[in-house]
Amino acid sequence: MNAASFTPIAPREAPVRTEGAGPWLKRNLFGNVPSTVATLILIGLAVWWLPQLASWGLVKAVFAPSSEECQAARGIGACWGVVTEKYRLIMFGRYPFEEQWRPLFATLAMVTVLVASCVRVFWKPWLGLLWAAMLALFFGLMFGGFAGMAYVPTDRWGGLPLTVLLATLSIVLAFPLAVVVALGRRSNMPAIKTICVLYVELIRGVPLISVLFMASFMFPLFMPPGTSIDVLLRVLVGITLFSGAYMAEIVRGGLQAIPKGQQEAADTLGLSYWQAQRKVILPQALAMVVPGIMNNFIAIFKDTSLVTIVSLYELTGSMGLALDSDTDWRPFKIEGYFFIAAIYFLFCFSMSRYSLWIEKRLSASKNR
Amino acid sequence: MTEPIITFEKVNKWYGNNFHVLRDIDLSVAKGERIVVCGPSGSGKSTLIRCINRLEEHQQGTLKVDGVELTDDVKSIERVRKEVGMVFQQFNLFPHLTVLENLTLAPMWVSKLPKKDAEERAMQQLTRVKIAEQAGKYPLQLSGGQQQRVAIARALCLTPKIMLFDEPTSALDPEMIKEVLDVMTELAGQGITMICVTHEMGFAKAVADRVIFMDQGQIVEENTPHEFFDHPKSDRTKDFLSKILGH
Repeated sequence: MNAASFTPIAPREAPVRTEGAGPWLKRNLFGNVPSTVATLILIGLAVWWLPQLASWGLVKAVFAPSSEECQAARGIGACWGVVTEKYRLIMFGRYPFEEQWRPLFATLAMVTVLVASCVRVFWKPWLGLLWAAMLALFFGLMFGGFAGMAYVPTDRWGGLPLTVLLATLSIVLAFPLAVVVALGRRSNMPAIKTICVLYVELIRGVPLISVLFMASFMFPLFMPPGTSIDVLLRVLVGITLFSGAYMAEIVRGGLQAIPKGQQEAADTLGLSYWQAQRKVILPQALAMVVPGIMNNFIAIFKDTSLVTIVSLYELTGSMGLALDSDTDWRPFKIEGYFFIAAIYFLFCFSMSRYSLWIEKRLSASKNR
Repeated sequence: MTEPIITFEKVNKWYGNNFHVLRDIDLSVAKGERIVVCGPSGSGKSTLIRCINRLEEHQQGTLKVDGVELTDDVKSIERVRKEVGMVFQQFNLFPHLTVLENLTLAPMWVSKLPKKDAEERAMQQLTRVKIAEQAGKYPLQLSGGQQQRVAIARALCLTPKIMLFDEPTSALDPEMIKEVLDVMTELAGQGITMICVTHEMGFAKAVADRVIFMDQGQIVEENTPHEFFDHPKSDRTKDFLSKILGH
């Protein structure tokens, strides 16, 4: 008997092509009868509807800031003239008109630092200093009261600067809060655990609007008379506490998913509790919950529009304010909403793309 | 005789109220001794060695490691963990760090070694477990055997006096068991105190000074490998050995 020798079979090409545009179309759009029918219906709808939209939004639209022309085009074409006419009121709300370069530069500074913070080359110790400098510049410009700039109190702030300020600060403050609360809920110490559970359950049990109302109207009642805390600050604390509770649960989900062995290995190596969390547990847990966290960031950005109910006119509020006060333009609120929707979309879509990029980067580094 | 490096005196442990997992354990381990612990699953062998670095706490009796009695006192736990390295069945490498970063983490943060020294030490240990060329990879890019060798190197980076192995080859493909056992055998020749929970009886015969057999939370029998395998005293041991060596 002769021993059989092992002869490897050389790899061959696949008999059916599965890559490229042709196979992709066939597989995804015309794979079977229902799928083909759905594709055709959707194409039909697009062909019927897109030209109408283009006609309304572009071809027959009025771009000049003239309310007569807009009236004439009503129902036929969009009135983008309302944006041309009112964009400064929409963008900056009740901020004194001739001083509006200040919120413009303040917002640009904040957005620039935000974008820079998303880029890896800027993840250096001095990024914190940059943030401090940016915040000083932001509040310096917004408040004024020095260097010939008139003092502007916070109740005159409005529009995009207010939206960006509220969203940024509540995200930056709520995230660390969420991490601490999530760790606290898993703590062995009953007192800490109870406090964290109470906080999360209480805040999650009420809508944001009621938190904002309480922050803005109830809180001063409990304070000694004469003390006044700025409404902006109160609202900021409200949003931060609110989103902190939600994110804490997301982070806790990530922590639960880390195998117990990771903590044990860290213990065995002699790492302290905080060292283990910082170097071993949190990097893995947070990487896992990036989509959920980013979901919340986006929600915070849009939820800032609720502060209108306590008379802070951020982007949505100032749009309403700008058009409601002017009977000539009031009919064209839809176009106004389109305009601010585009601004919201720009911010939220960027956040969503950034989240995808982070996810890709994290999984690339592991290359599973 | 020199002072033993580990002593258990009437150590008892329960999980919850009813599960008595360690029962009246008396054991002393001499410096440099190599011990293999075996026994059926649920017999308390993992719990036994996990008590040594306080991953589990015992409720009764005294347990001293390198002259320090293990209590709730955080300082004593810290001191003991400095001297005790551990290798797990599931490796427990940190998947978000490279192999090199896995090895330098504790030396840099616990022993406060400068990065350069920590890396130098790490590379020495990686060379020792014959895996230096993988230093830049992530753990999940390695085979199970390679990961377990990295885990051994990670423990060695803290220059422990005692090494604990909790079924280090049980999660490995058969082809990879040998490369891990070879590293452990090499380590056994260097005078480090080793306690190893394993069912690799060939390793026990070749390396161990003493074999301990546990069942139902008790130490049933302890003896030199020669006596243990060839002349087991208790019926329980005979039964166990006939099952694991029978095929």
